[in-house]
Amino acid sequence: MSSTTQNKVCIVIGASHAGVNFAFALRREGWEGEIILYDNDKEFPYHRPPLSKAYLTSEEGTEQSLLFPKENYKTDNIVLKLGIAVNTINKEEKTITLANGSVQQYDKLVIATGARPFIPPIQGLDLAKNVFPMRTAEDAINIRKTINNSLTKRAVIIGGGYIGLETAASLKKLGADVVVLEREERVLARVTAPVMSDFFTQLHQNNGVKVLTRKNVVSIENKDDHNVVVCDDGTKLNADLIVVGVGIKVNSELAQNAGIVIENGIKVDETAKTNDPNIYAIGDCTYHFNPHYKYHLRLESVQNAVDQAKAAAKAICEQEVVYDTIPWFWSDQFDVKLQIVGLSKGYNQIIIRQEEAENSFSTWYFKDDELLAVDAVNFAKAYVLGTKFIKSKQKLDKSKISDLSIPFKPNSFLA
Amino acid sequence: MAKITFITSDGNTTIVEGSTGSVMELAVQNKIKGIDGDCGGVCSCATCHVHVNPEQWDKTGAPDELENDMLEFDDNVSEYSRLSCQMKVSEDLDGLILTVAK
Repeated sequence: MSSTTQNKVCIVIGASHAGVNFAFALRREGWEGEIILYDNDKEFPYHRPPLSKAYLTSEEGTEQSLLFPKENYKTDNIVLKLGIAVNTINKEEKTITLANGSVQQYDKLVIATGARPFIPPIQGLDLAKNVFPMRTAEDAINIRKTINNSLTKRAVIIGGGYIGLETAASLKKLGADVVVLEREERVLARVTAPVMSDFFTQLHQNNGVKVLTRKNVVSIENKDDHNVVVCDDGTKLNADLIVVGVGIKVNSELAQNAGIVIENGIKVDETAKTNDPNIYAIGDCTYHFNPHYKYHLRLESVQNAVDQAKAAAKAICEQEVVYDTIPWFWSDQFDVKLQIVGLSKGYNQIIIRQEEAENSFSTWYFKDDELLAVDAVNFAKAYVLGTKFIKSKQKLDKSKISDLSIPFKPNSFLA
Repeated sequence: MAKITFITSDGNTTIVEGSTGSVMELAVQNKIKGIDGDCGGVCSCATCHVHVNPEQWDKTGAPDELENDMLEFDDNVSEYSRLSCQMKVSEDLDGLILTVAK
């Protein structure tokens, strides 16, 4: 294929995990033409997961956690156009139009626009000072500055998901007085079993973070030097900093306006291709089929961004490929490392294995006899073994999993 | 400054030089095939698995508990397995030979 791509142009919209890994993968797969990446963010592409974790508590800038070193873009001839918005895609003409009006032609287009924080319609939120989401390096820097410059350091986190909890843990380390407000009856309600919610609630409370559930924030009152967060049950909390972490909205408008099929995200096939043969989409913004679990889904994760990017690169270089992976995730809060493999949706039984060491256990999600997912807390072995079992679909003897007298080895748990 | 040799699964040998960061970052920078470092170096993805030349095991030392747990059930684990994101580049590693795991 080398002779056929030499004079071709591949444009990527979005230069974060998906877009950047795609660009390097495309070069690796043999694309000889131009590769141009556009992103609104002015920062050189960086790892996002550390933002709510180590990055927030350090003094460092993103230069410590670049996705790829700057030299690699030069040696692989990947052109980065940062701080530039793409306004429209014209799929009939095979062009994109930039915010400054200039038009750029493409042969293949990859949409890696990700998602943006959802800002809920809370009265007074738009006028409140020191309100930030947690998505970009700029957000993290703003949060860090606000807390470091505040004498009273009162932080209110709206939303008890992973972003909210990780940010809470990091802010606590920075000496803040932190309250997490969750609308549901438990934190992490959307993504984990109640036992995990209980564990993380306890972990935060033990570390001095207040976790309040069933708190629906209805308004923000703006005082001279701080905000008052008001909940529907009358709870009022003073806040020098408000972090909003209640989920995301997919950046699918650009694709939608171009006539690309949207269904809970940009709909793509097993090669990451949209309904247009020259347009692909990868990462957080896609709605795709997972062959292992046999349903369509959208995933917000590094694993999905990187692996779908690699699949798209292969497909564009005309190799046979099917995007077929077991999703994995991780979260760091205080001294706890959570590693998740698989998707627990649809489980009807959980088994908990508590290790002898404190704060070390794993939660195994089953649907009948099939292992769907494992949450491993300070116990990476369960994560690794869970991965193996999920992939192989081997039948397990569930009664053995929670039995600590049985050595933790691959063959110990087979039925 | 340390010179580190990577042997990849296609049999190619690449010698690279570095002085800071992790061995994984050095490998990514030099496009060593089979070293991805998808998680950014936080010991979560095991996409940077290498086998240390047995005679040089003293140079690198053994993995810590988390790293060991990530490696123990890997299909390609050996007694000289390490995750290269957990190895800091320093002069102590000068001359090290690593085989990238399959």
